[in-house]
Amino acid sequence: MTARDPQRVTRLLEGLAAGERGAISEALNLVDDRRSEEREAALRLLDGLAQRAGSGASPHVHHRVGITGAPGAGKSSLLNALVENLHSEAAGIGIIAVDPSSQRSGGALLGDRMRLSGGARESGVFLRSMAARDRLGGLADATHASATVLSSVFHWVFIETVGVGQSECEVADLVDTLVFVAQPGAGDTLQFMKAGILELPDIFVVNKSDTGPVAERTRGELRSTLGLTGPGDGENWQAPVLLASAQDRHGIGDLIERIAAHRDHGLAGGQLAERRARGQVAFAIESLARRYGDFGLARLGGAQAIARRLEAPREGSIFGAVLEIGQQIEAEIRGA
Amino acid sequence: MPQSPHLEEPDRPWLIRTYSGHSSAQASNALYRSNLAAGQTGLSVAFDLPTQTGYDSDHPLARGEVGKVGVPICHIDDMATLFDQIPLDRMNTSMTINATAAWLLALYVAAAERQGVAQDKLQGTTQNDIIKEYLSRGTYVFPPEASIRTTSDIVAYTVEAIPKWNPINICSYHLQEAGATPVQEIAFAMANAVAVLDAVRDRDDVPEETIGRVFGRISFFLNAGIRFVEETCKCRAMTALWAELGRERYGIDDERMLRFRYGVQVNSLGLSEAQPENNIVRIALEALGVTLSRNARTRSLQLPAWNEALGLPRPWDQQLSLRTQQILAYETDLLEYPDLFDGSHVVEARTAALLDDARTEMHKILEMGGAVSAIENAYMKQALVESHTRRIRAIERGEQTVVGVNRFEETADSPLTAEGDASILKVDDSAERDQVERLLGFRGRRNTAEAESALKGIEDALKNGDNIVPASIRAAHAGVTTGEWSDTLRRLFGEYRAPTGVAAARVVAVGDDNEALRARVEGLSEALGRRPKILVGKPGLDGHSNGAEQIAVKARDVGLEVVYDGIRLTPEEIVQSARDEGVHVIGLSILSGSHSILVRDVLQRLEKEGLGNLPVIVGGIIPDDDAAELLAAGVERIYTPKDFDLTRIMGDIVDIVGEAAR
Ligand code: B12
Ligand SMILES: Nc1nc2c(ncn2[C@@H]2O[C@H](COP(=O)(O)OP(=O)(O)OP(=O)(O)O)[C@@H](O)[C@H]2O)c(=O)[nH]1
Ligand SMILES: [Mg+2]
Repeated sequence: MTARDPQRVTRLLEGLAAGERGAISEALNLVDDRRSEEREAALRLLDGLAQRAGSGASPHVHHRVGITGAPGAGKSSLLNALVENLHSEAAGIGIIAVDPSSQRSGGALLGDRMRLSGGARESGVFLRSMAARDRLGGLADATHASATVLSSVFHWVFIETVGVGQSECEVADLVDTLVFVAQPGAGDTLQFMKAGILELPDIFVVNKSDTGPVAERTRGELRSTLGLTGPGDGENWQAPVLLASAQDRHGIGDLIERIAAHRDHGLAGGQLAERRARGQVAFAIESLARRYGDFGLARLGGAQAIARRLEAPREGSIFGAVLEIGQQIEAEIRGA
Repeated sequence: MPQSPHLEEPDRPWLIRTYSGHSSAQASNALYRSNLAAGQTGLSVAFDLPTQTGYDSDHPLARGEVGKVGVPICHIDDMATLFDQIPLDRMNTSMTINATAAWLLALYVAAAERQGVAQDKLQGTTQNDIIKEYLSRGTYVFPPEASIRTTSDIVAYTVEAIPKWNPINICSYHLQEAGATPVQEIAFAMANAVAVLDAVRDRDDVPEETIGRVFGRISFFLNAGIRFVEETCKCRAMTALWAELGRERYGIDDERMLRFRYGVQVNSLGLSEAQPENNIVRIALEALGVTLSRNARTRSLQLPAWNEALGLPRPWDQQLSLRTQQILAYETDLLEYPDLFDGSHVVEARTAALLDDARTEMHKILEMGGAVSAIENAYMKQALVESHTRRIRAIERGEQTVVGVNRFEETADSPLTAEGDASILKVDDSAERDQVERLLGFRGRRNTAEAESALKGIEDALKNGDNIVPASIRAAHAGVTTGEWSDTLRRLFGEYRAPTGVAAARVVAVGDDNEALRARVEGLSEALGRRPKILVGKPGLDGHSNGAEQIAVKARDVGLEVVYDGIRLTPEEIVQSARDEGVHVIGLSILSGSHSILVRDVLQRLEKEGLGNLPVIVGGIIPDDDAAELLAAGVERIYTPKDFDLTRIMGDIVDIVGEAAR
């Protein structure tokens, strides 16, 4: 089987550079693979991708966008409308849909939640759905690595997650721009506040504006609530509250503009780079913890110490660093 | 002397029909004429899937489907041929047509006008029930709101212009075929009727006093399953609930308008592939359920054939079903008596219980915003998937007996199936070629400018909120085709993908049949490095989703990751999805008869993508000869209705994925 293919990483790097869909898919399978040999190969692959991006060999600058919100708020429908709209730009779009529905059996029903329209499917968008598996937060553990793979090929990478508090924090670290989709209806605002997640989203969009004045009212409520908590980013990015209807394709252009504007803002002010670095460290710690557990991390002084080490300037990519730290932990454990 | 219990005059029998149509307008016309000669008293037209979903016979999505499960009708000439030498002023024609109902009605009117028959003389039915398409039947095209609009256009138009037409046949039939319980059948159908009636009532062009007549023109299409006593009660409960709705919600008090009128096709879901001759008995018993009670007797009846689960019926098979009805109507004394159950405490009690539960469920849906909301939020679809899961599990565990399937399985060789695949009707592939040729000829002949301007007329009607039927009749005369009419609506309305209902479907069971399998799946996950992932795909225009849904739900319950995107995808979309999603195995489900072309197409595309090693399994109505060919072409395993044990199928799949990984 391919697992024993020594050239695999090189081959995938080439395939990804050429934008081959088969290679993208295989790379996504690899970064999802728990076996130790595969995990190492995955880190080498990600390291290779990071180096290529760093060397400027990567042909484009990507933009990762998280779409979150309560179940049924219309995240997929909006995403579908975004894809149809962006398709004309032909920039390439990858989507990761994280499904929260994994249950006792460990099984999950995926795909159903996206229901991409004919137009969106024809656009050649790449869609991978993942189960949240044993994570409660809602993010599949391989999401970060998968997003890295997709953003080596596509300009736009969207990640849909169902939002319930905790997961917003995780996805916020993982993306450049976090869009929160709200349902029209009074109860919602209260829920945002309760969950204490109002600071995280960069853009709010009240969907289903076609349903009438309720949407407008929800937008007003959200706006005044946000006014109390202050701007989201600290550096003068005021999270806008938009109105849209995925059904009537209303407000989609505006949403795209704001998403792009948010990234430009982050690029100019340096927040984007900071955020990506933060996301990488979070990924690294999570990846090491999953593999080696608290006990393993403690061999090198614990999670915080490792995070500090990863935050310090370094040569090479974070993925290389994870590989290296992993080897050190293993050596410590063997020595002990 | 005791009073005679007999009626003074025996009742006239119900309308005896056979649902039929295949290959071409010409071939179907010959079939209709011979059925009428054999004593059938009405026509029931089956259209092929491209016609039902708004594609011309030469559309890429129509490939392999033309003339397969019904007759292809692309334009006025096809329709005229279909009714050649059948005088339409004397015929009662039922058309199973929904998303494109306004168009097929227009073609029917135009064909009648060609015969010199004025439209107000026409009698018949357009099924025109879109809600159950999203829930079960699968030939929807446009989003619910838009579809309800064309539905109500037909109602508003015919109530004035074709007064003897039944503009809509609210179907609970298809809900039972998708697993509905009697209570669900009643409640969902009534909520559906309310959605349509409310839409008609709220129209500017329908005067308030017309609603009584509209109500009176609405008919129903019910199912009748093997529990025929309960089915009798169901019909009586629906009769009561319908009148109650008319009185309370629409303020109608004219008894004639409040009468519950319905036609029936008896249950097919329970007809078995194993010992198929047993179905003859099932069908006859099911017919009793909707004929026994005079006060709730069906107005028309269609019976499936004994070889239902094998494939399409041949003329002889249909004849047997026709004779079954005729024996019931003309040999027995059924029609000589008033209602047999008047005064029966048992029937009354069961009826009352069904009525109570159904009323509660109906109100739940109305409170949710009505049937359209309950489509969009998947409430009804999910409920059906769950009911069907219960049904299948009960059969699998032997809690529900199906003779010859899970009990009394031993059998002598059947002479009926001795001929193998000759015991079903096979549609010649040349039917598609011929039909496409005729279509191209027609397009060449017609006046293009006229057709284009007629299409513009439809667009204008849509935009201005005018009734779409008159513009469609003009378009029918002007030579517009089924695909062109539908594309015009697609452009304005958009297309819709309905919720599959599987994502959140969950049935709590006593005891767990899946424990052992789950452990095996865990082991396989370790070996694979990630959880095994399966794509359940439905290529082509086939809308039979039951099998795919139940496989998907079961696969999840044993611990697999499942990608299921619903019906009507192209082989290309399925292969792309399999690759993007990184699945370990593909399971295709096809029941419409187009498996040979579609499965091969998938296999070839996989090969081209470098995914030739990905195991492909196929399920559905696959005749033995075709199965052998598909296995030779590289399909790993084939399942048909006789493989009712889902646990065993899942075990096989785990094995197949394990093998492939080695
Ligand atoms: C129920 C049913 C319907 C329902 C479907 C509801 C739904 N949402 O699924 C309704 C009433 C809507 C319907 C409509 C039609 N039907 Co129908 N229907 C049936 C019926 C009676 C049962 C099918 C079924 O659901 N069985 C239960 C499920 C669980 O079983 P299954 O799908 O066979 O799956 C099992 C195996 O096959 C296998 N399997 C199936 N798929 C897969 C996939 C994988 C991966 C695996 C591992 C296994 C597997 O495992 C399952 C477990 O046992 C069959 C006849 C019969 N008795 O089989 C006709 C039948 C399939 N229908 C038929 C026809 C013609 C139609 C129509 C096209 C008629 C028309 N002209 O309008 C319409 C249109 C439907 C459409 N849009 O395509 C024909 C098809 C003829 C052919 N193949 O040549 C049949 C065979 C009847 C007949 N003899 O004429 N139908
Ligand atoms: N009226 C209206 N309905 C919408 C709109 N957008 C989505 N919907 C409906 O809302 C329901 C949920 O939409 P989805 O896009 O699946 O929502 P989601 O947030 O992705 O749902 P999950 O992934 O299950 O959490 C569907 O029935 C949609 O048809 C809109 O703009 N207007
Ligand atoms: Mg979604």
